[in-house]
Formats: sequence, structure tokens, C-alpha cells
Amino acid sequence: MDLYVVVLVEVLYGVASLILISAGLAIVFGMIKVINLAHGEFMMMGGYATITAVNLGVNVFVAMLVIAPVAVGLVGLVVERLVIRHLYGRLVDTMLATWGLSLFFIGLATMIFGNTTTGISTPIPGFAIGDYQVNGYNFFIIVAAALLLVAMLSVLKGTRAGLVARGTMQGPEMAAALGYSPDRIYMATFFCGSALSGLAGAILAPLVGLVPTSGGAYIAKAFITVIAGGPSLVAGLLSSASLFGVVNQAFTFATSPVIGEVALLVAAVVLLRILPQGVTGTFFKGKI
Amino acid sequence: MSLNRRNILTGAAAAASAAMLPRVAMGADSVKLGSILDTSGIFDAYGTPMDMAMRLAVNEINAAGGLLGRQVEVVAYDTQSDMALYTQYGQRLTRQDQVDVVHGGILSASREAIRQTMRKTRTLYFYNVLYEGGVCDRNIFINGVTPAQQVEALVPYAMGKSGKAVYILAADYNYGQITARWIQKFVADNGGDAVGVDFFPLDVSDFGSTIAKIQTVGPDLVIAPLVGGAHLSFFRQWAAAGMKDRIPLASTTMGVGNEHKVLTPEEGNGIMVAYNYSQELDTPANNAFKERWSAAHGDSSLIHEIAVSNYQGVMTWAEAVRQAGSLDREAVIAALESDLSIDGPAGTVTVDPKTHHAVLDVHIMEVKDQGMRVIETLPQRQPIDTQAVCDLQANPDDNTQYEIQI
Repeated sequence: MDLYVVVLVEVLYGVASLILISAGLAIVFGMIKVINLAHGEFMMMGGYATITAVNLGVNVFVAMLVIAPVAVGLVGLVVERLVIRHLYGRLVDTMLATWGLSLFFIGLATMIFGNTTTGISTPIPGFAIGDYQVNGYNFFIIVAAALLLVAMLSVLKGTRAGLVARGTMQGPEMAAALGYSPDRIYMATFFCGSALSGLAGAILAPLVGLVPTSGGAYIAKAFITVIAGGPSLVAGLLSSASLFGVVNQAFTFATSPVIGEVALLVAAVVLLRILPQGVTGTFFKGKI
Repeated sequence: MSLNRRNILTGAAAAASAAMLPRVAMGADSVKLGSILDTSGIFDAYGTPMDMAMRLAVNEINAAGGLLGRQVEVVAYDTQSDMALYTQYGQRLTRQDQVDVVHGGILSASREAIRQTMRKTRTLYFYNVLYEGGVCDRNIFINGVTPAQQVEALVPYAMGKSGKAVYILAADYNYGQITARWIQKFVADNGGDAVGVDFFPLDVSDFGSTIAKIQTVGPDLVIAPLVGGAHLSFFRQWAAAGMKDRIPLASTTMGVGNEHKVLTPEEGNGIMVAYNYSQELDTPANNAFKERWSAAHGDSSLIHEIAVSNYQGVMTWAEAVRQAGSLDREAVIAALESDLSIDGPAGTVTVDPKTHHAVLDVHIMEVKDQGMRVIETLPQRQPIDTQAVCDLQANPDDNTQYEIQI
């Protein structure tokens, strides 16, 4: 019985971490159609921002939930103004430009922090479920991912800003005719996407050893999740992350981590063969 | 000359290669030591201290009058953590610079990229890194510890402190696979049982399911030859789950690149390891070495296992040249094969004539407050894994890396 609870926690954790990893990318790719290959590096910067702040004596939760997203969001803002805004609507060019950015950020982080592994310890102690010890931080990640989805949903659906943003994505000319500047809205959206990437990197930082090249480990999973999710932002993220999280953790638990990773990729290939538009291209149509 | 793309590329390539030429003036009568290491890129945490150690050794040799009355000159290339550059610089060291010896290579892949070039051009080659064992080639001398040297010492100690059921978590490439097999063998030899073995690709950083799985099996001890930054997460997540005080942990890799300085004391304390070197080794030789390092390079906290191996490799070669009284490859090999030994910072290093590997002191240690506290020293351990497959005395033309069957 205890084992089932532990496995359930691990599966939820797997889903939650996929949601966190992919949220920033989903906004940038899903809403403004920029393929941000520097997404992993934005996460890496979130991790470094957290670790630096904690080493300077800032409370770890403040560092993770406030400092890292704001810092990375600001970096994203600069990047958007200098590079991305010239490339809206040019999908392939954004790929090339953001790939260059990712190399640049890796180099920059190496110069500043050195090419060594750094990290902080998890702020929440482990605890027992029956005979098993589990990582208490997993619960924090599950809660954070759930809150993130709720926040995204309520902002997009419940606020005027969300409505304007969605409207601009559907018809920038119409939004402009109604007096909203698409340029400003794209900028704000990119800021939010970068900040979410930073947040994800920050929240995952205590679980990993961080190096300047850490971002590479996330980028593939993030893209698979976002693309398999399809056009709807929140529903897509939730459905594909749930599917892949369950598949990955179930296979990892039943066999080995190698098979777990393979199973995730196989599931993604099969899914995209059956549903080329992603899960929400067929199901949950019209949802956000 | 018209300015087309091809001309520009040729010009740029020529300029770039001119810029990469070593700055040291080539003294006609100096002894040339070639060094080939990744001092930039993702492996620079390993390579940079190795380079510093090599330069320290050469400076000391020169300060003591050089070799054969001649100064030793370093011809060093940075391979930028790019395996393709090893082939290129390996060719250059042997054919263009015509060095007398080459020290270097970090990953096994980099060693295999240049080993045959060294052999063909009859350039003596030293590979000074702990590795998976099994290379059998008369032209190469290896003085890092091999899995059997470490595991043979570590397993009985760790099992003595915990119990007989052992769970193994290893990196999924040749080092991890081979080391895991040796662990299984020594666990069985010590009357224990390997209750589980899991392999992890180098980019896996999420160990939650594995930690739960380990608990369903309930071993007495976990041995983790995991490699690299992503795998460091395991030690962190293990501590975060509160497992550290329930099941003891041992590793054959944690700390080689000073990883134990990244983990907090709460995460790292108590992890059992076995290496040739520790900064906390309290011997006159090591204390003097650290002082000389500080004088030359400043921060002695950079010193790690394979930096010391590199230092000992250069010193072993220098001693062989002195004994041979010549730089001739055959004479130096003969000197190295005559039970030659030196006293390095990590203890006595003796060349095993049969395998060209090293007989070394292995220290069993426990991580304590971001240092490695030496518990027990096992003097002069033989490289028994390679000895089982390799005999260069009987078969001097051998040129294989054996997969050691256990």
C-alpha cells in the first residue's frame, strides 16, 4: 500500500516537473510562435540566479519564486528588444537566432560561474510514508506546478490582459485597430515566458548539480511536451505532461531509467503519428 | 589575388594555426615534453588542474637542473574538450614538434584518439587518469587507478560498515558498466549479494523513482559509480529524501573532480570512497606538495585526484630518463620496466612491468565537511584487473584494450 502511494507521488512529481519545464516554452512558442532554442539556457540562468541569491544570504523561497523569475524575465526582455522582435513571423530565423543566444548564454555563464558544478540543498526535509522515505521537495514541485497552471488559466481566461493577449495572437491587425500595440503585447508575453522558464530553473535547482550546459538536458523534453500538447496552452500542457510523466515514471519504476526515457520518446512519436496536431488539436478543442 | 571565399578561408586557417603555435622559443638542445589536455570547454574542471600539475612538475625538474643536463620544455595544446582536436594535435606533437614524450588525454575516448598515433610514431605516451582498465600497449604507461584497485579496497570496507546486500547505481557507458561488474565480483567474493544494478545515461538528473525502487529492495549499502554534473543530483536527492542516514553510500567517482566540495556537509558526510589521493592526506610529501602548488599557482583547493596522477606521471617519466641516461624510447621503457618507483604526493608509485600500469597506494576515505578524511591506507595495490588480461613481457606486440571478463 505504502508503495502505491510512493509511486503515485513519483508519477505526480514527474508530471509536475514536465509542466514546469515546458510552461515558459509553451507561452513563447504557443502564443507568439517563436521557437526559443535558448529555453534551456533561460532555465539555467534561473538556477544560477537562485544559487547566487541564496549564497548572498537571501531566503531560498524568495530567491526561487521572486528573484529568479524577475531576473530571467528581464534578460528575456532585453533579448526580445534586441533580437526577437525583428524576427516575428519568421519561424526558422528565430530558431537560428535563439540557438546562437543559447551558445552565448552558455559561454557567459561559464565565464562568470566557471565550468564547475554548483548547487544548493533542498529546503524541505524528506519524510516517511509508511516504510518509505520520500523527498519532501517533490510535494513542493507538485504544488508549484498546480498553482502555475491555475494562475495561467485564470490570467488568460479571467483578466482583461489575458483576453487582449489572446486576441492579439489570433489577429494582431484587429488588436492594433482596437488600439492595442501588438509590439508591446508580444514584448510582455515574451517577458512572461522567460520569467516562467527562470522560475522552472529556479525550482529545479536544488534537485540537480548545475553547470552552464545544464539547459540542454531540458530542451528536448520541453519541446516534446509543448508540441505534443497542441494548440491549447493550459489543456495541452496538462494533457501531454500527464501522459509523458506517467509513461516515463511507470517504465522507470518497472524497468530502468534508460527504458523510462526511451518509453517517453516512443510515446511522443506514436502520439504525433496519430495526432499530428497534438492532443488538443483533436480533443479539448477551443479550450485554453 | 582576387578576394574570394576560398582565399580568405586559407588565409584565416594559416593565421589561426600560426597563432596556435607555442610561444616558447624552441631551444635546440632542450628536452621536449608534449602535453595534450582539455583546458577549456566542458572538461576543463579536470584538465586545468592537470595542466597546472604538469607545469609544476616540469618547473621542479628544471629547477633541479633539468634532465641529462638539459632543460625540459613544455609543448602544450588545449584540445577544448573536442575529441576531434586530439587526433589533430596528436599528429602535430609527434610529426611537427617531434616531442620526446607525450603526457595527456582525459576521457578514454581522447586516449584512444591518440594512442595509435603515438604508437606508430614511436613516441612514448603517458596517460595519467583513473580509467576503466584493460589497455595493453607497450608504448603507453598509465598511472591512474583502475576499477579493481579501487573496488577491491572499497567494497570490503563499505560492506563491513553496513551489510551484505548491495545495490549498484552506475553511469551507462564503458567506465560505469565495467566498474559495476567489478563491484558485483567483489561483493560476491566478500560473501555479499548484489541485489540490484541500475544504469543511468549521463544526462539523467531525476532519481526519484530509483530512490523509491531502492527502498522496495531494501539493501544494506548503495554503491554509486555515477559520473558528471547531472548524476551529482543523485547524492542531493538521496539526502533530500532522508535516505542518507538509513542506507550508507559508497562511490568510486564522487570527488575525482572535487564534487564533494559542491555538496553541503549534510548531503556529503559519510559517503565512502577510495582513491589514490586526497587533499586531506596528512603526509609530509602531500603537505610539501600543497605548499609548492600554492607558491606556483595560488589556490591549492583545485588539486584533485587526476591532477596528482598527472604530476606523478611526469615525475615517473623524468626518473626513468635519469635512470636510462638517455631519451631513447627503448632505453626509457627498459628503465620504466625495471621496477621503477617514485614517491609522489599520494605515496609510492611503482610501474608494473607486466602491464605498464601503476602499483599505487589506495586510501579509503569518508567525506566529512566537504573534505575527504582518510580512514585507512592500503599500500601498493596491484592493477589486478589489467594484470589478468595483459602481459607485455610475454607479448610485447600486444595493442588491445581488453574488455575484462570476470
